[in-house]
Amino acid sequence: MADAVGTIEAEKSRDIRKRWLLSLPALLIILIAATGPLLIVVVYSFLTPGPYGDVVWTPSIDGWINVALQKDIFDDTLSLADAHISIFLRSTVLSLVTTVLTLLVGFPTAYFIATRPQSTRELWLLLITIPFWTNLLIRTFAILEIIRNDGLINGLLLKFDLIAKPIQMLFTDGAILTGMVYVYLPLMVLPLYASMEKLDFRLVEAGYDLYATPFKVLRRIIIPLVKPGIIAGSILVFIPALGAYVTPSILGGGKNLMLGNLIELQFGQGRNWPLGSALSISLMLIVMVALLFYVRNAGSQETRHG
Amino acid sequence: MKRMTATIAMTAALLASTGLARAEGVLNIYNWGNYTSPEMIKKFEDKYKVKVTITDYDSNDTALAKVRQGGSGFDMVVPSQNYIPIWISEGLLLETDPGKMENFKNVAKEWANPDFDPGRKYTVPWAMGIVGTVVNTDVYKGDINTWGIIFDTPDELKGKVNVVPEMTDVIDAAVLYNGGKKCTGDLTILKKVRDTLLKAKPNWVAMEYGTIEKMGSGDFAASSDWNGSAFRQRLKNPAIKFGYPKEGFVNWSDNLSVLKAAKNVENAKLFQNFMMDPENAGMNSGFHRYANGIAGSDKYMPADMKGAPEINIPAEFASVGVPSMTCPPEVQALYTKIWTELQK
Amino acid sequence: MASFSVRRQRGFTTIALLCFAALYLPIAVLVFYSFNAGESLASFDGLSLRWFAKAFENQQVIDASIRSLQIASVAAVVATIAATMAALATTRTEPYRGLTVKYAFINQPLMIPEIVTAVALLIFFARIKIWTGYSGLGYLIAAHTAFCIPFAYLPIRARLENMDLTLEKAAADLYATPWNAFRYVTLPLLWPGILAGFMLAFVISLDDVVITEFVKSAGQDTLPTYMLGQIRRSITPEMNAISTLFLGLSICVVTVFFIVNRNRA
Repeated sequence: MADAVGTIEAEKSRDIRKRWLLSLPALLIILIAATGPLLIVVVYSFLTPGPYGDVVWTPSIDGWINVALQKDIFDDTLSLADAHISIFLRSTVLSLVTTVLTLLVGFPTAYFIATRPQSTRELWLLLITIPFWTNLLIRTFAILEIIRNDGLINGLLLKFDLIAKPIQMLFTDGAILTGMVYVYLPLMVLPLYASMEKLDFRLVEAGYDLYATPFKVLRRIIIPLVKPGIIAGSILVFIPALGAYVTPSILGGGKNLMLGNLIELQFGQGRNWPLGSALSISLMLIVMVALLFYVRNAGSQETRHG
Repeated sequence: MKRMTATIAMTAALLASTGLARAEGVLNIYNWGNYTSPEMIKKFEDKYKVKVTITDYDSNDTALAKVRQGGSGFDMVVPSQNYIPIWISEGLLLETDPGKMENFKNVAKEWANPDFDPGRKYTVPWAMGIVGTVVNTDVYKGDINTWGIIFDTPDELKGKVNVVPEMTDVIDAAVLYNGGKKCTGDLTILKKVRDTLLKAKPNWVAMEYGTIEKMGSGDFAASSDWNGSAFRQRLKNPAIKFGYPKEGFVNWSDNLSVLKAAKNVENAKLFQNFMMDPENAGMNSGFHRYANGIAGSDKYMPADMKGAPEINIPAEFASVGVPSMTCPPEVQALYTKIWTELQK
Repeated sequence: MASFSVRRQRGFTTIALLCFAALYLPIAVLVFYSFNAGESLASFDGLSLRWFAKAFENQQVIDASIRSLQIASVAAVVATIAATMAALATTRTEPYRGLTVKYAFINQPLMIPEIVTAVALLIFFARIKIWTGYSGLGYLIAAHTAFCIPFAYLPIRARLENMDLTLEKAAADLYATPWNAFRYVTLPLLWPGILAGFMLAFVISLDDVVITEFVKSAGQDTLPTYMLGQIRRSITPEMNAISTLFLGLSICVVTVFFIVNRNRA
């Protein structure tokens, strides 16, 4: 009896060891090219800015203080760094809205691809990725071409006398969102598709057999089953969108800083590397907490599988 | 199968080796994007049998940060004059003494002994320009030679003004507009600067670099901009004119220098000398459309550049120009705070 | 009975098709303007091939494009392999010690703003460059692989989570070795996820600007960093021509891939 238990234990630990070995390459690469350097950033956030960029190796927590508090430029009063906070809020809201929009557009699209006959399915998949083989900057400029005052849309509307003056679409928040959704759509569609492709439609059929409406089937059967895909897609869109600043500046006119711009400024003309480092670590910590929370939620589903 | 791979490998090696045999030397230049005439480089390559690579950067700070860390592999770099003192004081540049080179006699008198590199021990002028205003005179017929276009926008231009987001340029302009001196740390002036900027911003439609394209298409009717850029815009639309702000404007220059860590020092020196030849400087200017500091290069520039009002500063404004220079770190920090405040 | 499809959802097909149309509209515009005889991107002045000619003459652009493709291919392949292994290791299991940490670790490149990674890598690699004297494409490839891994990992993992373990158990019952079970059962089932992951990784690497800008050494411009340099000056339809060529190339590659796959199946 003890013997049988022993073997199960042994098998379990062998399994765990195997899993650690399997994940080794990924972990190593990331350690060298992502985490290791990150530690440098953490160290830098506790140093003093050099006079012309870079750092001086004197410890200081000014970088961290300046993330949340600032001295007013002219009367030296200490107050909340509302510039930083409003920039952070702006990026977060933009990110959230982009994620929601890509989900709304991406879900039917992924579903459509997943329900094509086997022979054409990969073709549709490739069709959706091909636009993204063109460079991001060029794609953003192409959108700009379409929505600007003498662009495609306004041109057509004017030609058919539907409007008298061009509609100002460029440099608005709507323009930014259009660009962001356009850029991040495949990041939502591909994981969703990967999840949906394996969907067992017998379960859906069972739903209909029980007199459910298509909407109920969607809500109660399909969505819960593709939840891993939804989560993966949302993460893949939300987080990079949070750091996005190229597309928002091209389509939004660049009058307002995004989080990425703010950090870049510190490593550039702002010449305050410790502040830039502290800002990035803060951002990262907040995102990590949100991510872990999300994963715990999804993780509880895992053990029920197979 | 194995024999085929071997043959392919050998052929590849053969081809590669022939390529190597031809170039006798290499030169790695680190420069601003779209700033080097390919024709001129080819001339240099053919004359000295050197293979030149050009890698781009888009800001002085990026270039400085990269080179400072070391190991970048570049031989030459072209920083702006207000950064040169930083490069020199950090020991990043090699003292190649262009002031003693053969072609140095061609350098224009006013650029032969600048404050940022006395006696030209390190650098050679590459290009120079100024920041001013550019206005579509079809839309606005008033005086364009003032920063008021940007900071106190006339009604016809409201909502159609762009400001190029170069922090130093914009704040310098606001400082000069409020009667201050460049790099001032005077808090009263800076307070006025902040207020001016915040008041002006609602009249701006964008803060971006694409002026040539957007002034041409009518998305912008006015902008703060570099003179070379204004020149290109006028060629597309003659109604677009460059304004020299009477409150003051900044003269900048970019200068070719050799890195201390350079591996191809001889080739680099040859190139510095090469760039002081009027014919080569003129050819380069024809490409990037800015003035250079070499006397006599005019006759080698394309016809449309000679006598162009953007390139040749009219006499009445010559004294209003202020040279670009490095601001002390505390002042830079104040400027950054104002800039963040402006763009939050 | 025959006309009711279990798979149909109201409005989904319309949205999907509109989505495809909207996706290709900017592409169509971009391709259209690459044939522009004029210089601007705003007004069309007639048909011409001059920008294609200019792009082919531009040695810098050609070098940059080839380099982009080289880096993206290697990075995407390595990242996908590593991500597949990692996904197998972290899914369909009872939570074991270190699982959450591993998950966070693998996704960590995603969470850091690119500029931070870029500066950190600049400092880090610079030291190594001075030590070893090696300054080839290796650094760029390593950097790209690192941030491609999470992009490949998430779709593969999503796919894996939905897969039924019973098939692999059945294979084991039939005395298949773990490797054979993997090769003949898991891999084919997982393939759509792996493909999705690879394509995502490839595209992400091809597009990267910020990290490449900081990590690159002399003569190592990629296409996006080259274009970044151009933005400050002026954008001409030459960029469009290059993109059109790239597009054409990728369509060709993809078609070939497709045909080859068909024949194997």
